[in-house]
Amino acid sequence: MKQTVINDHSVKTMNLLKLFSEYNPLDDKMFQVMDNEGRVQEPKYLPEISNERLIKAYKDMLFARTADLMAVSYQRQGRMYTYPPNFGQEAISGGLAVVMRDEDWFVPAFRELGAWLAKGATLKEVFLYFIGYEDGTVFKNAKNILPISVPIASQLQHAAGLGYSIRYKNEDSVVYAVVGDGGTSEGDFSEAVNFAAVWKAPVIFVVQNNQYAISVPFKMQTRSVNVAVKSYAYGIPGIKVDGNDLFAMVKVLNEASEYARAGNGPVLVEAFTYRRGSHTTSDDPTKYRTKDEEEMMAATDPIDRLRKYLVANNIYDASKEDELLAQFKKEVERQFNEAENYPAYPLENVFKYTYVDMPDDLKQQQIEHEKFLKWKETLQ
Amino acid sequence: MEGDLAMKVMTMVQAINNALDIKFQEDPTIVTYGEDVGVEGGVFRVTEGLQKKYGVNRVFDSPLAESAIVGSAVGMAANGLKPIVELQFCGFVYPSYNQMISHVARFHNRSRGRYKMQMVIRFPYGGGINALEHHSESMETIYGHIPGIKVVIPSTPYDAKGLLISAIESEDPIIFMEPKRIYRAIKQEVPEEKYSIPLGKAKVLQQGTDLTLIAWGAMIREAQKAMVMAKKDGISIELIDLRSIYPIDRQTIIESVKKTGRVVIVHEEPLTFGTGAELTAIINEEAFLNLEAPVSRVAGFDTIVPLPKGEPHYIISPEKIYYHILKTMKF
Ligand SMILES: Cc1ncc(C[n+]2csc(CCOP(=O)(O)OP(=O)(O)O)c2C)c(N)n1
Repeated sequence: MKQTVINDHSVKTMNLLKLFSEYNPLDDKMFQVMDNEGRVQEPKYLPEISNERLIKAYKDMLFARTADLMAVSYQRQGRMYTYPPNFGQEAISGGLAVVMRDEDWFVPAFRELGAWLAKGATLKEVFLYFIGYEDGTVFKNAKNILPISVPIASQLQHAAGLGYSIRYKNEDSVVYAVVGDGGTSEGDFSEAVNFAAVWKAPVIFVVQNNQYAISVPFKMQTRSVNVAVKSYAYGIPGIKVDGNDLFAMVKVLNEASEYARAGNGPVLVEAFTYRRGSHTTSDDPTKYRTKDEEEMMAATDPIDRLRKYLVANNIYDASKEDELLAQFKKEVERQFNEAENYPAYPLENVFKYTYVDMPDDLKQQQIEHEKFLKWKETLQ
Repeated sequence: MEGDLAMKVMTMVQAINNALDIKFQEDPTIVTYGEDVGVEGGVFRVTEGLQKKYGVNRVFDSPLAESAIVGSAVGMAANGLKPIVELQFCGFVYPSYNQMISHVARFHNRSRGRYKMQMVIRFPYGGGINALEHHSESMETIYGHIPGIKVVIPSTPYDAKGLLISAIESEDPIIFMEPKRIYRAIKQEVPEEKYSIPLGKAKVLQQGTDLTLIAWGAMIREAQKAMVMAKKDGISIELIDLRSIYPIDRQTIIESVKKTGRVVIVHEEPLTFGTGAELTAIINEEAFLNLEAPVSRVAGFDTIVPLPKGEPHYIISPEKIYYHILKTMKF
């Protein structure tokens, strides 16, 4: 049966990507390099990363988690609006952070804080966005990143177009586009992956399978055994990877980007993870999942796992972690305060970005509104 | 009428839930589904408790795909079910717009009446809740503009229940837009029993002689606040809750305008091509000679709805309505 599914594309795939054929999604295998205790199980696939880079990756993940947890508490204090926690999913962004190059494009959904920061977004900007300023999703100093995208899966189409434009312009970059497991049910997902495949566009579609779309479990989204297996239908390589294993993520993303950069077309990466927090700050997970499940999945935590590896291999001294965390908290607090003290939102910012060339009608609406505001001051 | 029935204080969420409950009990061909509708009871808890009561075959979670939610309802309706589908937010309706405009609205016509599209498509809409992008829009016009679909917007728990019951019973497809800003903000005594409110009929909430104020959804409350301000100027205002975007209740509007000669229309959706433009045209057609001032529209700007820090600029305040009332009176 497998034979009949594999078309020309996939045969080439097999040669290029041994790893992908070894972890064939049809067998529902999940690629993992280290286990929950941080012990390397697949030494031949351990990516080459210097100790320094590894420590940086670890610290970046820890920083993202610190910021994420503090964001939730700021929201609870009424200092920020709805926020989607990343808690438990940090190794996916962490892997992207290691692999993405400056000139590569990143196409966000809304739950990949670490990847935004790696691209050059600041935490202050992220806070600004969730405090309610569009300015926060401009990511001024980040190269080649699109704004946060809320309509599920819609951003994947943009990734396909970016991929086409890269080929057209003969650029040496690739596109990383993120979506959730629920998002794979949208027509936009299928359309985007198909477009990218037909165009051989250099896009790495990363599905963060955190097993829930708000309250709806993965099993109710699809009858497929996993997300990666859908790659067969589009004639592209796909793999299910342990998204809580930084090494596995880095290895897969490296291979996928090499493959895409070489002009072979897109790759579908299913990063299997667990959303340890709520869907957003307005969600209550106790309505749809058990404490037991949460505890079981907590044992796969990506940060704990990497720490265990680093400590066991004498790469990192965890005894100073409290100090590090204190320092991170201070930094998060500093950036949050800056965001909180951002200048008030002027009226003109409501108007001035809807069009490049603002129609006279719209200018008139602003003028009329300003007249009203003057009149309003005279009230009482 | 209300006096004779057992009453219960309800929010709009509870009133809608109650209407669904009543219809589910009555009619086994009714099903409801959408994202998070089953186990969770909807992100706003509108369908809470219904899955427990009526089972997973009648109340269920769908995969995350709006086009399929509405498109599958077409097939269900063609075979005699009466689907009530929930789309999670106004801003996420659009993947299903193709199904609405290409099929839901056309099946009856295309099949020369063989297939009726008896369904209700519900979703929360409107601003004022400090939400992320795509959670604050009001776009009733783009639904009202589709021939073949009727569009209903309640402004109170009482109306929400009565209108939803009529919507479910209507043989035409209904888009039922729920003003989420007042989902829980208004509590009202609502009869526990079944009652219905006819579709396509506006409601005169207050009689007046000087000016007709037309609004709907969450804007009714803001209009009422503006009326309190105008009262000290001695202006007698007639407040009309439109309740139905399509069909528009011409008669109620024209009768009122003939009496007052002055009109202010309030809507959250953008000004240009908004429902207010249609209302103005109707008034011009049928009461032109009665007008003593141009019809005035208080509406959203023709801009993207700003994120929460900018939304206070965008959102329509009672003062702004009052300002338009005064301008129209002084014309
Ligand atoms: C088109 C669309 N429909 C509905 C929503 C509302 N919504 C926001 S997040 C979400 C669930 C997304 O689940 P998933 O894709 O698994 O990503 P996760 O939130 O778990 O990261 C839904 C239904 C939306 N944002 N966009």
